[in-house]
Amino acid sequence: MDFNDTPAEAAYRAKVRAWIEANAAEYLEPPAEPWGLDEFVARSKAWQARKHDAGYVGLTWPKEVGGQGLSPMHQIIFNQEESRTYVPTGLYSIGLGMCIPTVFTHGAPDIIARYVPKALRGEEVWCQLFSEPVAGSDLAAIRTRAVRDGDRWVVNGQKVWTSFAHRSDFGIIVTRTDFDAPKHKGLTMFIVDMKAPGVEVRPIRQMSGSSDFNEVFFTDVVIPDTHRLGAVGDGWKVSLTTLMHERLAVGGKPRHAPGYRTLIDVARSIETDSGPAIERADVRQRIADTYIADEGVKLTQMRALSALSKGAIPGPEQSIAKVVVAKTMQDMSAFALDLAEGAGLAVAPGSDLERLQGSYMWSAGLRIAGGTDEILRNIIAERVLGLPGDLRPDKDTPFSQIKPL
Amino acid sequence: MDFDLSDDAKTLREAARKFLDAEAGPAVARRAMEGEAPHDATLWAKVVEQGWPAARVPEAHGGLGLGADEACVLAEEVGRSLAPVPLLSTMAVIEALLLAGTDAQKAAWLPRLASGEAIGCLAWAEGAKSPAQMPAARLEDGRLTGSKAPVADGLSATVAVVTVASADGPAMALVPLQAAGVTVAPLQSLDLVRRAATLAFAGAAAEPLGTAQDWVTLCERLAVLHAWEALGTAAAAMEMTLAYAKDRQAFGLRIGRYQAVKHKLADMYIKGELARAHAMHGCWAWGSGAPELAQAAAAARLASLDALRFTAEESVQLHGGIGFTWEHDCQFYYRRARQIAGALGSRAHWADRLVRALELRNRAAA
Repeated sequence: MDFNDTPAEAAYRAKVRAWIEANAAEYLEPPAEPWGLDEFVARSKAWQARKHDAGYVGLTWPKEVGGQGLSPMHQIIFNQEESRTYVPTGLYSIGLGMCIPTVFTHGAPDIIARYVPKALRGEEVWCQLFSEPVAGSDLAAIRTRAVRDGDRWVVNGQKVWTSFAHRSDFGIIVTRTDFDAPKHKGLTMFIVDMKAPGVEVRPIRQMSGSSDFNEVFFTDVVIPDTHRLGAVGDGWKVSLTTLMHERLAVGGKPRHAPGYRTLIDVARSIETDSGPAIERADVRQRIADTYIADEGVKLTQMRALSALSKGAIPGPEQSIAKVVVAKTMQDMSAFALDLAEGAGLAVAPGSDLERLQGSYMWSAGLRIAGGTDEILRNIIAERVLGLPGDLRPDKDTPFSQIKPL
Repeated sequence: MDFDLSDDAKTLREAARKFLDAEAGPAVARRAMEGEAPHDATLWAKVVEQGWPAARVPEAHGGLGLGADEACVLAEEVGRSLAPVPLLSTMAVIEALLLAGTDAQKAAWLPRLASGEAIGCLAWAEGAKSPAQMPAARLEDGRLTGSKAPVADGLSATVAVVTVASADGPAMALVPLQAAGVTVAPLQSLDLVRRAATLAFAGAAAEPLGTAQDWVTLCERLAVLHAWEALGTAAAAMEMTLAYAKDRQAFGLRIGRYQAVKHKLADMYIKGELARAHAMHGCWAWGSGAPELAQAAAAARLASLDALRFTAEESVQLHGGIGFTWEHDCQFYYRRARQIAGALGSRAHWADRLVRALELRNRAAA
């Protein structure tokens, strides 16, 4: 056990740090003014290309698909160093974290050659078209229909909660190709061109006021059969590849989201009825609780990556990360805003309290996105602890005949 | 970076688990609860034979010279099996000697503790005081006066580390317990398996042991050690409850199918994993002498206390009425959770220590 770098890791870290300092000089502080979407996309593309050309993308991916073939430890080190800055990376977290690994795991060689390099360099942005209005937690209930027509497929339906669909060039889409098979058996996955005729993207405004995701409508959209990922009817299995990568791609506290350090700073600045907030036992316990949750998740992920670098496969164990982090964000930010009395309500741009207000709004969505707290607890209970599954009375019924009990 | 136990520690854990599965467990704990002996002497003799008290003692003093990793996995297995033996108390005294003992003190006590000839106990508690508050006990001219309670394994021990007042805060003294001026009396403890005592000193011969800072550091190392113990105890309670949830039926289903039940078990797992991650960090900081020890140890203690308390409480709850009976094993975990929580400073005490450590680090960084 060693929580410090080995000499080789320290050398890699020094190299990464020097490169980041030389290339991300403009991102060492948070932006003075929040970027608009266009500027965010432009800056994201520029940073991704710079990283790509220096050999810092696809670190753990195989070399034959354009990766660097390095260990998860290299990825941890790069992420740690990159997260000291405010470079924009979120545009690619879904594409490179989930979609492209699915493409290079299940796609034909010419498909990999066509799509993976451009995705790695950030020239093309990807989105993940999974959820639908009637299929959120119950993903296998999707209804978007793909019908075969010779060597092509025609897609009709609607997806929702699709992050960055409005800025994406391509997406991976799970569709139903057999309505008479049981729900998990009739699905098929494709690559879809988001600029194809019949694709309509409508941004959704979130309760926070911003619009990070969309609903996407498909009307007679044509997909060549060459763009199928995996066998017809194997869409559920293919989507599990995506979700396995998702486990590693999301989960920890979002970069620069307020944590225990922010709570310490806020508590230092507030005088309460019973003296300085930082001296109050309840405040100190909350700081401790926040540290235990956020650092505990970080250390848990590092344990998992250690296991991964020794040959383990990312398992459902990682489901704990988001369950812990999202609720901790919500609890901690509500606690800090309470401490601030009226100032916790008034929005003061650029302040710690404003960041906490943002975190309070955002955490409500984070508890749902990518698997709700409840679904993740089911996954832990069933896949890790081996408890019997929830009753799923529709599991073996042909999809077209499912009726709710 | 390698966030995993050494292979040696894993091998020791496996051996310890196999041994204790056969020799200890709730039935043995119940026998100890219903008997009169301060600990299970037969089991203790076998534990000594396994060489566990010798684990941390350097080879020069007749020990095995093992690291913090090995000490932690032994604590985990003692916690899991509820073994009624004074191993962790003895390890606490060994750790105090390693940290703060003079050469003469080490030479006098380490070989005897390693061989099982001597049994140790840690006598710091004085009622409602925290480990940081000044004890009333005094060491003057080699004579110890004062009273300590509750002292886990005090009825079994032959030597104690006792905290006394000093100008710099609580400090330690080393006291052989057979000497004149020492009275050891049984004390009714909430934990009926790990017995406790009141130790009274009326001018007993004692030696100072290290500095006030050594006591601070010892508390940190023991916070890590007992965090591992708590992980083991929580894991055993959870496994017992998991087996019950997979077996018990209600309304035509195994109760483990109901989300109200499975989500509690998922929460036990989540809290246990967070605690394990912090306990690993603490173990590394202890073993490597890293400056993060203060922070890592406090976090390990807090996270493990949270996991153990939740698991012990919800284990009773998920078992329903049967879990509340004297005959059921739930009570062992429920009571042990209190014992571990009360034995080395409360949650509030350690939360304050954690935040102090974070503030110091932030100041150093700024």
